[in-house]
Amino acid sequence: MSDACIIGIGIHPFGRTDGMSGMDQGAFAVRKAMDDAGVAWPDIQFAYGGSMDAGNPDTMVERLGLTGVQFINVNNGCATGGSALFSGQMAIKSGKFDLGLAVGFDKHARGAFNELPADWGLPDWYGEAGYMITTQFFATKITRYMHDHGISRESLGRVAAKAFRNGARAAHSWRKQEVSLSDILAAPMVSDPFTKFMFCSPGEGGVALVLASEKKARELGKPLIRLKAAAMRTRPKGSFEVFAPSIDIERGRSATSLASVEAFRVAGIGPDDIDVAQLQDTETGAEIMHMAENGFCADGEQEAWLAEGWTEIDGRLPVNTDGGCIACGEPVGASGLRQVYENVIQLRGHGEGRQVPGPPKTGYTHVYGAPGVSAVTILER
Amino acid sequence: MQPIAQGLFTNETPPRLIGGRDRATGRIVFPCPPREGFDQQPLGRTGTVWSFTIQRYRPKSPPYCGPDAFRPWTVAYVELPGETIVEARLTGVKPEDVRIGMEVELTQIPLDEDAAEHVMIHAFRPVGSVP
Repeated sequence: MSDACIIGIGIHPFGRTDGMSGMDQGAFAVRKAMDDAGVAWPDIQFAYGGSMDAGNPDTMVERLGLTGVQFINVNNGCATGGSALFSGQMAIKSGKFDLGLAVGFDKHARGAFNELPADWGLPDWYGEAGYMITTQFFATKITRYMHDHGISRESLGRVAAKAFRNGARAAHSWRKQEVSLSDILAAPMVSDPFTKFMFCSPGEGGVALVLASEKKARELGKPLIRLKAAAMRTRPKGSFEVFAPSIDIERGRSATSLASVEAFRVAGIGPDDIDVAQLQDTETGAEIMHMAENGFCADGEQEAWLAEGWTEIDGRLPVNTDGGCIACGEPVGASGLRQVYENVIQLRGHGEGRQVPGPPKTGYTHVYGAPGVSAVTILER
Repeated sequence: MQPIAQGLFTNETPPRLIGGRDRATGRIVFPCPPREGFDQQPLGRTGTVWSFTIQRYRPKSPPYCGPDAFRPWTVAYVELPGETIVEARLTGVKPEDVRIGMEVELTQIPLDEDAAEHVMIHAFRPVGSVP
């Protein structure tokens, strides 16, 4: 079975683009990715597209050309991008296709997501009483984690400071202003222990990736960046998820750890072999907990990792080299593909001011979201 | 005075929360899911704070039905021994005094204290505190 290779990448800058629809940002990213790959829309044999709030992705053919291409929409919450990529990979690996794309885009209203209980299988009172709030979940999860594993508030701040530092060096990021650790820690609380600088915001953006079989990639003369693994998992028993009126006393693993183990198994490598990682950082505590859930360190070791700067650009495992969701915002449909985009940039050595030395040979991405979905990819050059 | 929803509290004084026991696995959840396979199970009234945060901004309406005027509140997960960990507000304790492991007991508080007719939601307060 051929590996799927990523031969073209395109992005519409994240943040706020007034007057441009999410769909147009997605189509913009597709054109960029095709230019990068040196292919044209009529060459594309299949597409998987995802968006939560910005329309049906397949209607993009109106903008790109009515070639009759197979275009399948993917709607999988925060794992939408990862699921689109998984599907694209399988389409290539099956031998049915040798050139296609995965695209994700979104455009969310300002402010926090506004979810209704019925959409999540919950009773109305849960929302009426003020519990349909994602920030409550992230804050209670990290509060318990800090208590159990000795993580300090300074560590929460260090992750944000790194995000803004890296984001300031990425052309596609939203937040380009560095923020000092002391300003981050002293800012107003949103949900204790998180201040306003420690959360990402829903935003806008689009990302597209052109996928090809190894044979096709060679024909096109493209460097081989292989998608060694793409895995998506839902929550197991005993996990702790967004919008939970109750959780089990007997704690279990998470969707993240299941997806991670599967991706490493498929790729045939382990966490120590990864050179750069993009981890879901809905808030800074998520990045910290996800370092352990993805197998990169033991619970509690993050305190030393962050104090020593091991997740910085020049550290032993650079994490969120473009500033992650905290600096880029989170357009849900595009967010997971942004992580893969950034890893391709890093593996190609095109990261400029944020380039990981080496350049790296392996890249890892991880998304997580409600109600307990996670997607992981591993790239190798 | 009325509860925010039917099926949350038992009809006794003081009331208990009604959870659901999965007939197949024995797993206890709150609230009791309105589907086959779960039996109603009144939950213990006392437990310990498992984790918490402070809600510092007014949630969006809909779905939130609380008062327009906003005061921060404490949201906790309370471990009811041998049963489950329930999400609930804390009352009768200042946010800065909340600790993981603190012993708390079930009470009811109005969603809007100033409303003519109180709609009651579940909350926990430190054991021995004045209601």
